[in-house]
Amino acid sequence: MMALSCRHLLGLDGMPKKDIQTILDTATSFREILERPIKKVPTLQGKTIVNLFFESSTRTRTSFELAERRLSADVVNFSADASSVKKGESLKDTARNIEMMKIDMVVIRHAAAGAAHFLSRVINANVINAGDGAHEHPTQALLDMYSLRERLGKIEGLHVCIVGDISHSRVARSNIFGLRTMGADVSVCGPRTLIPSDIETLGVRVFHDIDAAIADADVLNVLRIQLERQESALFPSLREYRSYFGITRERLEKSKRQITVLHPGPINRDVELSADVADGEQSIILQQVLNGVAVRMAILYLLGTSA
Amino acid sequence: MQDKSLLVDEQGFQRTLTRLAHEILELNKGSANIALVGIRTRGDFLARRLARKIQEIEHRELQVGVLDITLYRDDLRGKLNQPLLKGTDIFFDVTGKNIVLVDDVLFTGRTVRAALDALIDLGRPATIQLAVFVDRGHRELPIKADFVGKNCPTSSDEEIRVLMNEVDGEDAVVLVRKGRE
Repeated sequence: MMALSCRHLLGLDGMPKKDIQTILDTATSFREILERPIKKVPTLQGKTIVNLFFESSTRTRTSFELAERRLSADVVNFSADASSVKKGESLKDTARNIEMMKIDMVVIRHAAAGAAHFLSRVINANVINAGDGAHEHPTQALLDMYSLRERLGKIEGLHVCIVGDISHSRVARSNIFGLRTMGADVSVCGPRTLIPSDIETLGVRVFHDIDAAIADADVLNVLRIQLERQESALFPSLREYRSYFGITRERLEKSKRQITVLHPGPINRDVELSADVADGEQSIILQQVLNGVAVRMAILYLLGTSA
Repeated sequence: MQDKSLLVDEQGFQRTLTRLAHEILELNKGSANIALVGIRTRGDFLARRLARKIQEIEHRELQVGVLDITLYRDDLRGKLNQPLLKGTDIFFDVTGKNIVLVDDVLFTGRTVRAALDALIDLGRPATIQLAVFVDRGHRELPIKADFVGKNCPTSSDEEIRVLMNEVDGEDAVVLVRKGRE
């Protein structure tokens, strides 16, 4: 009647519209729970979830952990620095060992694209991809879409421009897949060195001039500029990046529309996004953080209770 | 094959609702501190109907909420069909109130157990009372209703359906016997 068509959440590439809709609708119920005095329901009591983070992450891991605890699951955290990975164990062996401990779900973040897919083939537990290399980060894209729908009432027909380092961004890829499925018009904007040359094959438009993108967009999803990319000479300096692609109040005020601004965090203030925009009315960045917990609860509930 | 019989017709349905409304008022000595909470889906409609009856008698607005107990069920695992989560809408503080839980059929008592847990997570009501339209027996938990529209002793291969205008196009209670092969 209602369950998702899949046992795992690996990515939004190819995920049916109905499934995305189910997750977003279910998340609304969990948003209500987050406003209660007792922010906990017994739904996943007796289930054990492992957060398997091979890449450091505070925000995503905290968000998942809160979501899991609020559904009353037992939670085990496993991070790469303090584990057998350092001793040379393969992902497959790590997974098999964990599985022997009778766990029900695994949330995995890994630097290698496809790690979550691989895991889903070798173990029986439900697998949720919390970011695999530059491939996908489906829960981020789902919470972005949820936040957009909450603010603007719809996703279909919106022009969403993703700004920044598209080449290295799993957030961009998952957003492109999800937004296209939901009927949004998607574009990307950034320096030529940070946009894959064949990105149009994913059905998006490309802007290299941020002012042209702003003139046409309803929504800007501004990505974090990884400071280490500068060392690999993909852009000359942070100051130059800011002057060509930084989102500032003056730039937004040139548009006739009220533009909504998202950012997956953490923000480099006054690099990709000026502080007054980040804290301003058009920004829904903090709503994204709150919605992240609700969306992750919805996914855990839908995967964890289906037969 | 299925065999249906009508237990309560449209007129009987109205009379039962009216009686339940009066009983709720009698036990609570008026409507001053009561609020109705219906359990999705038909309990929600029943709660709204009862609230309207009570308002006609007392000329006072009543608070009505709706509870989704899905997340509190004890049979979520292993169910083939995952129920649609429709959410809880209770826009008032339940603490200190006399809450009347409303459901259509009282059967094993497991739904009511889940509803009690869900309600207590929202606050600390002064009392929680239970109003059901039909009590069909077969309890699996120590739960008893304070207000019962109709007692219908049934066998386990029978099913009670409370039909409501809002979703079914008519007000009635029917007993369905599932034929044995």
